[in-house]
Amino acid sequence: MAAFLGRRFVLASLGLFWLAVTTLPFLYLALMSLKTQQETYSASIWALPNSFNLVNYEEVLRGRFFTYLGNSVLVVSISVALIVLISSMAAYALARLKFRLNGPLFALIVAGMIVPVHVTLVPIYLLTREIGLYDTPFGLIGPYVAISLPISVFILTEFMRQIPKELEEAAELDNCGPFTKFFKIFLPLSGPGISTVAIYNAIQLWNEFIFAYVLTSSPDKRTLPLAVWDYQGEYQTNIPATLAVVTLSCLPLIIAYAIGQEHIVKGMMAGSLKG
Amino acid sequence: MVDISARLAGDEPRSSRRLARDLAPIVFLGPAVLLLLVFLIYPLMSSFRLSLLAWNGLGHEGSYIGLANWWRLLHDGLFWAAAKNNILLAVFSVLIQLPIAVVLAVVLDGLGRGSQLLKILYFLPLLMSSVALGVLFKNFYDPNFGPLNALLEGIGLGGLQQDWLGDTHFSLASVIAVICWQNIPFYMVLFLAGLASFPAELSEAAVLDGASQMTIFWRLKLPHLKGTLRTGALLAIIGSLRYFDLIYVMTGGGPEGASELMATYMYHQVFASFQLGYGSTVASAMFIVVTVIAAISLRLTSRLETEV
Repeated sequence: MAAFLGRRFVLASLGLFWLAVTTLPFLYLALMSLKTQQETYSASIWALPNSFNLVNYEEVLRGRFFTYLGNSVLVVSISVALIVLISSMAAYALARLKFRLNGPLFALIVAGMIVPVHVTLVPIYLLTREIGLYDTPFGLIGPYVAISLPISVFILTEFMRQIPKELEEAAELDNCGPFTKFFKIFLPLSGPGISTVAIYNAIQLWNEFIFAYVLTSSPDKRTLPLAVWDYQGEYQTNIPATLAVVTLSCLPLIIAYAIGQEHIVKGMMAGSLKG
Repeated sequence: MVDISARLAGDEPRSSRRLARDLAPIVFLGPAVLLLLVFLIYPLMSSFRLSLLAWNGLGHEGSYIGLANWWRLLHDGLFWAAAKNNILLAVFSVLIQLPIAVVLAVVLDGLGRGSQLLKILYFLPLLMSSVALGVLFKNFYDPNFGPLNALLEGIGLGGLQQDWLGDTHFSLASVIAVICWQNIPFYMVLFLAGLASFPAELSEAAVLDGASQMTIFWRLKLPHLKGTLRTGALLAIIGSLRYFDLIYVMTGGGPEGASELMATYMYHQVFASFQLGYGSTVASAMFIVVTVIAAISLRLTSRLETEV
């Protein structure tokens, strides 16, 4: 009994220690963003703010914050919808249709997972300028969908391979072609696979930095991660305001996480493991 | 569409159905293949082509200079220093993240159900964008107004205060610490899943045989995690070789290139020095390095897995 309690004590202390390591930066973030600029110079850094003041948040929200947020919502939702549709179509063909190039095509698409996106950066930048989508949120959608396809196709192909053959055979007796089978059987039955793909890509793209940074330049065309970047330049010496932007930019995902932790953890793990 | 028309055209159902069947792969795979061609395969090849040019990005294409950029790359100390930093990042990611993640997984596993809340909170850093994280930690490390130095002062370790990101000796290590802080929970969840598949009877039997928890961990649980550990190491290595975001936001590769990585070096060549040709050479070299190392480690891990 003593040994058991001793063991639990050690485990619990280690667990609390890491909790402190994890939360300390967040604590700093929250405390600081509630202070006035004056307080950051006078009082100790770890002191509580004099009053619970939201002046930094007010200032940020009065600015362009909602434009960034709107752009993010627009780009991410269109991209994720396209990713889900295009990758489940491809996955169905790879999982179930017999044609000569099936094997090589699957290998090629999956190999796309190891390509570092930075290698494609300059040509995509040039291409985006050429087709006139530079500095528009829409210019991000093509690259976003493309970089997400290999992993999404892979996950969904694995998933659709598990769907029992009998269902398909029944449909064949009913004289259903590949298109009916896809929309009536495979798409509805792939719900869990699709939600994994959607969650994983939504989080990745919501936080995506390098393409958004290179393919857009004006603040009213940029996505949320760039809000932090732009404000950082603007507020240079105003640490509390900068950190208020950081907090606000993290808030949407934290709210989503509070609602569905299990799904988010599962989606992120599945996505990165195969990536 | 074809399917419907096949039904409507009652006179030739069979050939229409054949047509639908033959066209189906093209229709289903077309959009994916097209997008991958335009935004992945073409850019990849284009990158190699640009690597043969001397071009400042203005005007038309610059001039063809053969392998001169590649020759320059071979003798570019800054590129190799950046590649070395990538390797340091990979080595330290594996050596720091995996052991801590194993310990945390064992802690959560040992605490059982009560640890659910801990797990949820541990995972938070993974949800942050690298820009948010980078800006947060830039302030955290700030030599004058940052809480880290204040904390050291407060606990009587004022002598350890540093200009964490501004000192060539510390900048890379400081960023690696943040990268570890963010990614440890990912590996923790991975190992937690590995531990969940550890048969409970096995540890019960070991306890009856008088084995201590330590022995059970070293002799039974750790060997059980071997495959998962290998996967984790592989992910950490590949991720480190193409790392960009956090370094770019926190140090920009500085000071004096002390924390430069291949990807940040490429970025600087293209978008700061306007050497699109040479920058593309760096990008292509990075692609080769990542592909070769990924292929080798994939082969190694799959061979080990078939052996074991």
